[in-house]
Formats: sequence, C-alpha cells, structure tokens
Amino acid sequence: MKYIDEYRDAAVAGSIAQAIRARVSRPWVLMEICGGQTHSIMRYGLDELLPPEIELVHGPGCPVCVAPLEIIDKALDIAARPEVIFVSYGDMLRVPGSRTDLFRVKAAGGDVRIAYSPMDALKLARANPSRKVVFFGIGFETTAPANAMAVWQAKREGLRNFSMLAAHVLVPPAMRAILGSPACRVQGLIAPGHVCAVMGWREYEDLAREFRLPVVIGGFEPVDLLEAIRMLVAQLEEGRAEVENQYVRSVTREGNQAAQRIMEQVFEVTDQKWRGIGRIPASGYRIRPELAEFDAERIFGTEQITAEEPRECISALVLQGLKKPADCAAFGARCTPEFPLGAPMVSSEGVCAAYYAYRRRAPEGAA
Amino acid sequence: MIPLVCPAPLTTRDTVLLGHGSGGKLSAELLRDVFLPAFANPVLDRLEDQAAISVGGARLAFTTDSFVVKPLFFRGGDIGSLAVHGTVNDLAVGGARPLYLSAAFILEEGFAMEALRRIVESMAQAARAAGVQIVTGDTKVVERGSGGGVYITTTGIGLMREGLSLSAAGARPGDAVILSGSIGEHGIAILAEREGLQLETEVRSDSAALHTLVDAMLEASLEVRAMRDPTRGGLASTLNEIAAQSGVGIEIDERAVRVCDEVRGACELLGLDPLYVANEGKLAAVVAPEAAEAIVEAMGRHRLGRDAAIIGTVTGAHPGMVTMRTAFGTTRIVDMLAGDQLPRIC
Repeated sequence: MKYIDEYRDAAVAGSIAQAIRARVSRPWVLMEICGGQTHSIMRYGLDELLPPEIELVHGPGCPVCVAPLEIIDKALDIAARPEVIFVSYGDMLRVPGSRTDLFRVKAAGGDVRIAYSPMDALKLARANPSRKVVFFGIGFETTAPANAMAVWQAKREGLRNFSMLAAHVLVPPAMRAILGSPACRVQGLIAPGHVCAVMGWREYEDLAREFRLPVVIGGFEPVDLLEAIRMLVAQLEEGRAEVENQYVRSVTREGNQAAQRIMEQVFEVTDQKWRGIGRIPASGYRIRPELAEFDAERIFGTEQITAEEPRECISALVLQGLKKPADCAAFGARCTPEFPLGAPMVSSEGVCAAYYAYRRRAPEGAA
Repeated sequence: MIPLVCPAPLTTRDTVLLGHGSGGKLSAELLRDVFLPAFANPVLDRLEDQAAISVGGARLAFTTDSFVVKPLFFRGGDIGSLAVHGTVNDLAVGGARPLYLSAAFILEEGFAMEALRRIVESMAQAARAAGVQIVTGDTKVVERGSGGGVYITTTGIGLMREGLSLSAAGARPGDAVILSGSIGEHGIAILAEREGLQLETEVRSDSAALHTLVDAMLEASLEVRAMRDPTRGGLASTLNEIAAQSGVGIEIDERAVRVCDEVRGACELLGLDPLYVANEGKLAAVVAPEAAEAIVEAMGRHRLGRDAAIIGTVTGAHPGMVTMRTAFGTTRIVDMLAGDQLPRIC
C-alpha cells in the first residue's frame, strides 16, 4: 500500500532496533501519549524488539478512555429521547455509563447511529428536519477541527435541528498534570503525531523546558515509533531535552493554522474532567456561548447531570503510566472487553484492551 | 489529583444486542446460554457449521442460514446469490456434496416487485451455477417498517462423502493451516456500499460457491481435518473456533495471509483489522502436514483457490489460543472479538 508499507518495513525496523541497542547505556522510561501509538506497539510487538533497558509506559491518549462518566451519562440521557437521532463514532457505543451504554439505549428503542464523520450527522439533520440530530463531539485536538467545522457549517446553513454534545480534551495540560505528579517516572515523551499535525509543537517546547525532558513527535507506524524511540534515547544519552520531530511527513511547528482558526471560532477552552486523572484546568474545549443554539448541553439541559465514578479498577494509575494493565488483579479475569470494568478495556485503543487483545499472556515458545 | 476510576460493569444481558449476531463472543454466549441448553442433542452439540445425520443408510449434511444483509445489492453480488452461496458453502466445508436447498422469504410490505424479481433471478442463477436445486420454500409478508425489505433463509441438504470426517474438533498439533485466498473483500464491499465510502478502487464481494474447490482439495488428499468458511467474524473468529473446539493452539504468519491493497487501505481508513472482516468465498482448512503441499497445489489450479497458501501451523502449546507471528518477528495474540468491530474515533 502506497505511503504506508515503507513504514512497516521489517528490515528497516530491525536496523533501528539495532541502533537503539547500540546506543542505550542505562535504563530509561519512555511514555507514548497516544492510544493509536500504544495500539501499534502492541499489535506489532515493538516492545519485544527493544533492549531491556527501555521501558515503555502508556499515556492517557485514548479519547474514549479519558471521557468521564458524566459525559457518557449525558450522552445516554440525550440518546434515549424519542425526538433525537444520536450520532456517534463507533467506539463510544460500548462505553458503559453509570447504568447503561449506547448499545443498550439503541436496543431499547433509542435512535443511535454510528458515523465516520460529523458531516454524516449534518446530512442526517438535513434529511430529517422534524428530528433533533445530536453529534457526540469527543476526542483530542485531532477530531476537534472537523467537529468545529460541522457546527460552523450548521450555523451557516441555519440548520436548527443539529447540535453537538462536545467534550474535547487537550493533550498538553494533561501531560503537565501527569509529569507534575511526584510519582511520575517518565523520562522521555513520544508526542502524538496527529494532535501535533493540527496544533503544531510549540506547547511541547514549554513541556520540554518545564520538566527538562526530551520530546519527540512520533508517527503511528512501526518504523515511526522505533525511530522516535531511537531519537529519544539519543537525547537522553546525550543529556539533551529538546523537541524533535520524527513525523516530518505530517507535522510542522505551527501546525494546521486553518484548522486552528475554525476551532477558535467554535470552541473555547474550559476546565475538563478526565477519567483517571481528574479535573484539569483549561484542558478541554466547549462550544462558545454565542453558538449556544448548537450546544446539546444547553438545548437538552444536561448541565446538571453529574456522576460519581466508582472506585473499582486501577485505570487511574494505568492512564497515568504508573501501572501496567497486568498489575490489575481484575485484568483478563473479571475485566475483559465483553465485561469491561474500566474504560481502558472498552476502546480498541485503550491500553488494557491492547494488552488483552495482543499480549494476554506470553504464548509458550514465543520469542 | 483525585483518583477517578472506572464505571461499574454491565454484566446483565437482559436484552438482545446487535453484537449477539456478530459471530463473536456474544454470539457464542447466546448459543451457550439460550439455545444449546434448550435443544441439546449429540448432533447439535458437535457445533459444526452443518449437522451430520444418517437417514436410511445415507450420511447427510444439513444446514441453515439467514441473510439480513444491508444493502441488498452490492458489488460482487446481492442477498439472493449470497443466500445460495452461504448455505452451499456450509455444506461444502463439511465435506458434503450440496444437493437441495429451501428458500424462505420474509418480505416487507411495499418492497419493489422489480427488486424482488432481480433477487430471485440472482438466486436461481447462483443455484444453477452451483448445481443445486431450490426444491421448497415459504413466503411471509410483514408490515412496512418491521423488516429490512427482504430477509432470506436458506436450508441445505448434501450428501456426505464416504471415508471423510471433517470436524472443527479435528485439528492436531503439527497440522498445517491453509487459506484459500485474500481476506476481507465481502465485508469491505458491504461497508463501502452501506456507508457510501468513496474508495479509490471499488472492492467487490468475494461471494462464491466453494464446493468445487473443496472437491479439488479432497481429490488431492483426504487428509483434511477441519474446514470452515470464515464469514462474519472473519478469519480470526474461524481459527479461534477451531483452536477452541480442537483444544489446540494455532500459529499463523502475518506475511502469509493475503489482504489486497484496496481492503488494506479501507481497513486503515476505518481502523478495522482485516482478520475480523467477513468473507463469503474463502475457506480455511486444517490438513495433515504431509498433505499440505499437494492440497495447496490442487487449490492453485482452481479459479477460487489461485492464491491459496499455507498460513500457519497447529501447535500443542497455548491450547484454545491463536497467535500471529508479525512481519517484525514478534508474536501477538489473535483474539476472538466480543461483538462487531467498531470504527475508531481517530
């Protein structure tokens, strides 16, 4: 396949792994932030190619995993209403709220539909003028531009029956919270390539300076990830703490400024709750007050819905890279993708799900 | 930092979910908890894709399948041809020669007669091509809004070959695993049509009747232990079923599993794994190691087996588990999914 195969070349991957082995002189703890990167590492078994000195811990970058219970409960409340067509990305449907999930709301008669883009929701709104179409606008900085564009477009067209339940989360404030925790062991960061493609990397320069730690913006394919690790190891071994860009084919320092502009027009920065981390100041986006007519929270009056997060699993520690999934007694036993105890087991990008799917127990005789 | 943690599990299954029809773990659970306890008998309990029964000295294979595909027409086929191929294939992979089919239709009030004619003609053509006859049937009409236009159930009877015993419980350590061709085309063709995906190259469903390919394999050797067509749930689910029912492990080689560029591209775009995407004209077989080469060669001469290859081996290690050796020389688990694959957020 054009553009991807060269980043999955086993010989290239092998030679980068060899370069890492040759360079490393002592143990280093590295964190990849994005769930897509975690998924690739597990799917291709990249950690098996690394020398024992390198420990990878997994960050909070799965948007499904960090979505707080509260926003799921709000989604479920709206989706169950008869006048609503509730439109969501597929992997949100299985995430359990306090009492139910979107699949069950659908089975009980709620009109819940899977979409691949918020533009699909706009189409539905145009085609169903008597229904209220609500898009579940969730995710990191990566999905925010398209979601902002949908609201902007709805405003332009005067689509009165479209709204968005928006709960975007922003990576740099969450990383600041994690890196600032006294328990944090992370010495180098692989920054999320797609987020940086939108936002650029200025914010990561602040992180590198504040915490004196090297940051490499990495892609998602095996060769990308190994190369990012090699670059981090080189920085660590040389005592540097800079921002470097491995993902040059997609990312520039300034990012996608057209995308940033549309986001600014539609969203404003707000405090946001993160599952596993807590409330982080200025770490999310909500719809600007002047676009309130497209804000599902206000239309359906769900602001009052709050949810207590029960204390059953250790996802709080897992999402901060303090524990590995296998450290949890419930992992793979009481907590599986069919019966997830916690969000990191629900989404295919969740770290627990990635471990469960690819690495439940080392197969006998495996390398 | 406040320690926010996880939501309570949803362990009750008080309603039927779409995932119960996915062919994954939820489907298996439905069988185990609802159908099997009620219907239990030695023939059913073997859990093959077709029942093997003896009637008046003849060994028959007997199977049924319902088709609820949306859209009804797609590149490479339609619900009619699919309904014939699906049931013919369930007989064929049991080692039986397909003979007769029934066809039951549930039609929705208001459905276009012209579309129904096209579907029925397509069924007739598929049946003729496969050398089977549709000898009985039934029609019901439901009110507008309570059906998906057309649902079809086909039931098939075939004659079992003498001296052959295929079973998903028949795999033994050392056996070779064969795949008849590239995977994922049917599922992606359906998805592309349903979601209006604008793919650069259009993927066609691989829907086809596999019984003559099976004939070619069995002429080359009778040392076939297990055969299945990896439909919903994909190759991963099929191999997991064989591993579980045989009490063996299976190791496949990523590089040997063919996925065409268009399917790979669509899967990348949607965040799907082709190992879990449906096929309607492929089969996976577990065969004795010494027979593997001859069988693959025979398949290679058949139109539907040109890309057949040995993709892995059966092992005594990790019973019930399927693993895959990646192109990087690392190993990962190929698990059975709980429900349908869900497209990712980003």
